[in-house]
Amino acid sequence: MEIRAIPPGVIPIGREYVLTTYAPSPLHLSVALDGAGWHPAAWRTGRARADELLTPRYWVDVVTEAERGLLDLVTFEDGLSLQSARFGAPDHRTDQVRGRLDSVLIAARVAPVTRSIGLIPAVIVTHTEPFHASKAIATLDYVSTGRAGVRVRISASPHEAAYFGRRDIPDVPPPGQRDDADPALRQFLSGLFDEAADYVEVMRRLWDSWEDDAEIRDAATGRFIDRDKLHYIDFVGDYFSVRGPSITPRPPQGQPLVAALAHGSEPYRLIARAADVGFVTPHDPGQARGIVAEVRAAQDVSGRADDTIHVFADLVVFLDEDAGTAAGRKARLDELAGQEYRSDAPVFTGTPVQLADLLQEWQQAGLSGFRLRPGVIPDDLEAITRGLVPELQRRGAFRTRYEPGTLRGRLGLSRPASRYTAAGRSTA
Amino acid sequence: MTRSPKQIHLAAHFPGVNNTTVWSDPGSGSHIEFSSFAHLAQTAERAKFDFLFLAEGLRLREQGGKIYDLDVVGRPDTFTVLAALAAVTDRLGLAGTINSTFNEPYEVARQFASLDHLSGGRAAWNVVTSWDAFTGENFRRGGFLPQDARYERAKTFLRTTWELFDSWHGDEIVADKESGVFLADPGAGQFAHTDAHFDIHGQFSVPRSPQGRPVIFQAGDSEEGREFAASSADAIFSRHGTLEDGQKFYADVKGRLAKYDRSPDQLLILPAATFVLGDTDADAREIAREVRFQQVSGQTAIMFAEQLWNRDLSGYDPDGPLPDVDPLPGENTISRGRASVRMYRDPLAIAAQWRALAAERNLSLREVVIEVTGRQTFVGSAATIAGEINHLVQADASDGFILVPHITPGGLDVFADTVVPLLQERGVFRTEYEGTTLRSHLGLDSLPTGRASERNSAVAS
Repeated sequence: MEIRAIPPGVIPIGREYVLTTYAPSPLHLSVALDGAGWHPAAWRTGRARADELLTPRYWVDVVTEAERGLLDLVTFEDGLSLQSARFGAPDHRTDQVRGRLDSVLIAARVAPVTRSIGLIPAVIVTHTEPFHASKAIATLDYVSTGRAGVRVRISASPHEAAYFGRRDIPDVPPPGQRDDADPALRQFLSGLFDEAADYVEVMRRLWDSWEDDAEIRDAATGRFIDRDKLHYIDFVGDYFSVRGPSITPRPPQGQPLVAALAHGSEPYRLIARAADVGFVTPHDPGQARGIVAEVRAAQDVSGRADDTIHVFADLVVFLDEDAGTAAGRKARLDELAGQEYRSDAPVFTGTPVQLADLLQEWQQAGLSGFRLRPGVIPDDLEAITRGLVPELQRRGAFRTRYEPGTLRGRLGLSRPASRYTAAGRSTA
Repeated sequence: MTRSPKQIHLAAHFPGVNNTTVWSDPGSGSHIEFSSFAHLAQTAERAKFDFLFLAEGLRLREQGGKIYDLDVVGRPDTFTVLAALAAVTDRLGLAGTINSTFNEPYEVARQFASLDHLSGGRAAWNVVTSWDAFTGENFRRGGFLPQDARYERAKTFLRTTWELFDSWHGDEIVADKESGVFLADPGAGQFAHTDAHFDIHGQFSVPRSPQGRPVIFQAGDSEEGREFAASSADAIFSRHGTLEDGQKFYADVKGRLAKYDRSPDQLLILPAATFVLGDTDADAREIAREVRFQQVSGQTAIMFAEQLWNRDLSGYDPDGPLPDVDPLPGENTISRGRASVRMYRDPLAIAAQWRALAAERNLSLREVVIEVTGRQTFVGSAATIAGEINHLVQADASDGFILVPHITPGGLDVFADTVVPLLQERGVFRTEYEGTTLRSHLGLDSLPTGRASERNSAVAS
């Protein structure tokens, strides 16, 4: 089998990456898990486990399948609200999956019974405590032995604000129906993203607040820790102040992975400032190139030019052995749903071979990986793990086994020294 | 006539961030690695215990302005560990301490409902409150709560989460693929709550969990704490483990239930208890003495004395006499992030007691601290300890015990292997789990789903 192209892989954006690069198949593949799949009628298909979506067995099975496909990581969709087809507001529909579990806890429940796959739940930064989130993700890193990450999300919904009753959030119209040039709206939204960046900063400082060798158990002096190796983080920002140190020692990866989904300049800037992985939604290689360039430029401005930041493109996928079958299956789902399925991400229908072609072509636009959203679980998830992955392997474009190590290591990210050590300060 | 013996409830407390836990022992393992938590949980489940219990502290303790370094320091996140433990256990209840001051009802309800789903109905919540600005420095909210408002907030916090749990009744998800009806009720999860502390409304996102809501624990010992437990809790994590003290507490709290229209078996009294096992009672006493000296090093003794004296005593010799100066009255400033310090309500009187004890028995500072801090609840052979536990439970000093091993993670192993079988032989402890939920292990009835009570109130009105 001919290898179609020299895998371009991650753009070598910094010294660190060049030093740690590993050849020759650095295409990163992940799957975004949400209920019975991303199509609103997915739950009505034959093999869907619609009445098991709140059980641990379901999530263990689904993540185990993803791990069978040697995927880099899975993400777990989450939000404070009941799912809704309306932007930022409840829809009171009864014909789609409604109700879900906290994604950090799903990830923790799955961690001890999986071995290699990365686990990325979501936290909503607008209404939660960075101190709690930091120790939760550090703990997820412990229970998964170095496979944890977190996707940060903002909440711009007055309905969600009312669940907490502690701050006012104005009604923000959906994209396309609002004037994005409106200064008040821009200021409000950029404030939410600034708060998200602060939130990540606090999580990261807390992860570093214990040096790796802080626990000494020195019987001679009676000291369990060397308290000089624990650090107050003393973060003071516009939205919160946090003193530290964390109650949880530094997690196995040092810095668990931070990710964000982005559709515009403000969130691209958040990725550039704060994240290790950005999930983006270009509809063609040209758009992908533009987004990657924007992220890289913002990265330079943020002083992170030397950091590895992955940009993964999201795609909703419906896969079958025959392209017509895939399109027909999606059309039948649309019929069941009563309308054509649309998404922020491009919707792909076709064969695993066609998808492999597309991924390799798009990869050359500077993307280092993809986050595939299976239209139907388990059908499209299995088509990824048992169809797409073997196809990419035949092309020499995807791993054939997991190497031992952490999620950071798999993504070519080194384990940084704590910023509070001499070594950490010198590289900061 | 003799009544059939009460069934004993037993639980395992993951060793704490305090000096009960002996970290210097060669057998002492990690307090952070998941394998330690899995080991203790699996031992507890092998022994058919009711549940595993995790404490919590949201700021590292300090003394004299420095992070306290003599005890185990550091712990993982409660919810995350419990969810992971659900993967390596099958029946064991999973109880976590979660603070009602530095959290919001919507988020906590979401997390407990999720944990209950992910564990198949095994979640429990030990509701605690804080008011200290010290811990508040780690949170958005800061230390905003006046001390006298903390129980009021805790109670209304708890009630608010119940409204959220009860906003789903358990029959809404039909998931009928043929007809395309997923949800029977478009209004499922709707809630609205307004009081002095919370003004919230919306639609709760987690459908009803197997237990309906987590089992509720309460640990406070004050008048307000006892009343809070009588009105709202399913179990009390008490510190009254002796016969007389226990019976008094037991009668007091169970006596408060009637006014809330609750029966005595709807609130379990479960004191924390330490234990030291030996081949013989004499062996156990010898080991216990060694353990006490491990738990209270000379430095630890000075630290304890400082907490009472409220001043720097670093110049004193732990093997010498008690300090000749008196404790500093007023607010305790030497030690922060430690609940026990607040129990020293009259430091001068307590110091006088310590001095009397030292004089009477010719004890050093360290020996006094060993004597007055931390009781070892059960010391003896397996037969002795089994007998004592059973006696205390049958005599209504408790409904069982939450056992705190002093070695992590293997400190419960011998208890599971030697004491539990003796209790089982006596017919006072289960040999198999009967049900799958923690409520079932604790003998608590299933909660009504809310639909029934709606119907009842409709009938009544």
